[in-house]
Amino acid sequence: MLSESLFFSAILFTIGVIGVLTRRNAIILFMCVELMLNAVNLTFVAFAQVYGVAGQVFVFFVMTVAAAEAAVGLAIIIALFRHRQTVNLSNINLLKG
Amino acid sequence: MTHNDLPLFYVFHFYFFGIVAVASAIAFVTRKSPVAAALWLVNTMFCLAAMYVLLDAEFIGAIQVLVYAGAIMVVFLFVIMLLNLGHASDLADARGMWWKLAAGLVGLALLAQVFAVTRARLPEALVLPEKALAQEFARTGAIAPLAGPLFNEYLLAFEVTSVLLLTAVVGAVVLGKRKERVRAQ
Repeated sequence: MLSESLFFSAILFTIGVIGVLTRRNAIILFMCVELMLNAVNLTFVAFAQVYGVAGQVFVFFVMTVAAAEAAVGLAIIIALFRHRQTVNLSNINLLKG
Repeated sequence: MTHNDLPLFYVFHFYFFGIVAVASAIAFVTRKSPVAAALWLVNTMFCLAAMYVLLDAEFIGAIQVLVYAGAIMVVFLFVIMLLNLGHASDLADARGMWWKLAAGLVGLALLAQVFAVTRARLPEALVLPEKALAQEFARTGAIAPLAGPLFNEYLLAFEVTSVLLLTAVVGAVVLGKRKERVRAQ
């Protein structure tokens, strides 16, 4: 089922990219990144079936990094919301000249 | 690599969960309400866990449900409810026409690239014999074949991961803490 898995993984990753590009809510952007990480995990698991168990070990590390990223990212979003009262990225433009 | 010998039951469920995962992902990207979006993403993750189980990764499927659908998404939902962003109809957050067009083009380019990679020939020398992984899991259980490389070959990465998690915890606490100076004003 390798080619089918890669097919679904590619579509999920693309949906994540389109979500990042079209949404402005910071939380939904973060969830789109999680979707992309999940698509990559599907690829790792599919290749692990063909090339050995190391791919599944990598999924482990990807999940750990995703958990750390979610914790820090959401803390940043909370700090941002406290500061600006919004999570809409078009209102957060301090660096825009 | 060929799957002509796979039972129809298996193939049907693989496609079923794959299509449900993609449909949930599309619903997730298009929802206005963050809570609805998060719940659709949870559905996608459950379907992916089912696909992991079908791909001989039972333990990964279990921790996908526990860690992703159970822990990470709960943190997301908790933050959404903590921020209390208001009603979904007030949250028109999709970007304009040009952004959508650009996103569609980038998506098409990415899909083309990924399908080009899919068609590339894989190194045959590294391929395990058919169903070798499933037989190993059947012989030694679902966790032992993962634990071996994790604590031998990848031990350094495993230890570095613990430092990463500690950093993330400290960072999250520091960022989430209210500034004393602000409260004094």
